[in-house]
Amino acid sequence: MGKVIVVTSGKGGVGKTTSTAALGAALARAGENVVVVDFDVGLRNLDLVMGAERRVVYDLINVVQGVVKLPQALIRDKRIETLFLLPASQTRDKDALTEDGVGRVIAELRTKFDWVICDSPAGIERGATLAMRFADAAVIVANSEVSSVRDSDRIIGLLDSKTVKAERGERMEKHLLITRFDSARAARGEMLAIEDVLEILSVPLLGIIPESEAVLRASNLGTPVTICSSDSAPARAYTAAARRLAGEDIEMTIPTDKKGFFNKLFGRRAA
Amino acid sequence: MAMSSVAQQRSPMRFRGRSYMAFALTPEPPIVDWLAELDDWIRSSAGFFVGRPVVLDLAGVTLTSPAIAHLIAELGTRNIRIMGIEGIEADKLGPGLPPLLKGGRAATVEAVDSASATKPAARKEPSSLLLEAPVRSGQSVFFPDGDVTVLGSVGSGAEVIAGGSIHIYGTLRGRAMAGMSGNRAARIFCSKIEAELLAIDGFYRTAEDLDSALRGRLVQAWLNGEVLMVTAMD
Repeated sequence: MGKVIVVTSGKGGVGKTTSTAALGAALARAGENVVVVDFDVGLRNLDLVMGAERRVVYDLINVVQGVVKLPQALIRDKRIETLFLLPASQTRDKDALTEDGVGRVIAELRTKFDWVICDSPAGIERGATLAMRFADAAVIVANSEVSSVRDSDRIIGLLDSKTVKAERGERMEKHLLITRFDSARAARGEMLAIEDVLEILSVPLLGIIPESEAVLRASNLGTPVTICSSDSAPARAYTAAARRLAGEDIEMTIPTDKKGFFNKLFGRRAA
Repeated sequence: MAMSSVAQQRSPMRFRGRSYMAFALTPEPPIVDWLAELDDWIRSSAGFFVGRPVVLDLAGVTLTSPAIAHLIAELGTRNIRIMGIEGIEADKLGPGLPPLLKGGRAATVEAVDSASATKPAARKEPSSLLLEAPVRSGQSVFFPDGDVTVLGSVGSGAEVIAGGSIHIYGTLRGRAMAGMSGNRAARIFCSKIEAELLAIDGFYRTAEDLDSALRGRLVQAWLNGEVLMVTAMD
């Protein structure tokens, strides 16, 4: 039976979709069977970040409503054999998702994959609550600034009360992923320190992803950053986070891009 | 400047929670028979409902909005005034009808005959609420029966409301309102204060009128007359 992970944050633009794609690709690269599921019905993005936007025929809504069978909607990644995408619908809205339907689809995905990674939409409405509803564990994506941290706090409250796991009285496993971290700005006091974020949220840290051009470049190329420029700082940080998610004990560091002559030369080619 | 001096002169607005014991009438179909039964009961204990808060529980019957209005009028002719309705969808209640009530708890009503005065409520056991997990942003803890102890932090945008004192062993970033039902001896203790608002029995202080030297420290808040005091304990 696979593990269902929801990637959530409350606030928009913090890096949920990038993180879903990067973690999914890193796990698949390690040989795991992975499906990434886009729950952002009406504003889908995961297909773009995964570079599969021209291959979408059927989507999550079609499967939830029983119009097509699950395998018809799954898109296999062209670079990694064990990585799949279940896209969202761009033309429907979140009311088309039903709790029973989502529960059925998640249960079926659980039997087929080792990891089911659900990319939650921003906000705390239907799409977000259904994305977390059947999860076994949550990756909370936050930036080190106050509004993102407070929204994450709110989301953690919902994870602990509105999920099936919480309603059964079980503990929801939670991991904090700090993204877009800029150590220079943090040193100048322009961002919250990592310790402060951890103190406020009191959730164990899964990883710290440095702010990097490599992420933007990867999104525009339609390739998860962990595949596209796997030596870049964010890719190394995501790969380490994925290994921690799988239960490995790895020392926490904040990878940096060394701006040496050698790296510049090869960094350009890698893009 | 003018604004702030006006604000200082005016005594701050206060809100208090209050609870009352109400009788719940539960009509059963057919309504005509139920009303006849009620009439028999009123005949044997005249004046029972006079001056008492009465709530109508409509969970057992399906009535249209005009039928509800008619039932309330029927009860009115028997000197029973309805203060609220429960057990029904909110959209069934038109503007002329009493408000919808929720969250009522059953209470034991001792048999009272028409002559006897209201008996004093049974003394409650002292009670308290212990929360081992942090109170997250957007969560509201409401405990009118006594003290609340939070082992973790209270997040920004979260609130804790207690009838008694509030003890927070983490950081208080949200709101804490103690002594909500008139308990002026209640206090708020927190090991690190970054609060948005502190209140005891309706007297409050926001982050803005908190001495900035206290921020991040172990403090207690208490009432000195009508002034909410916040003092460091470290």
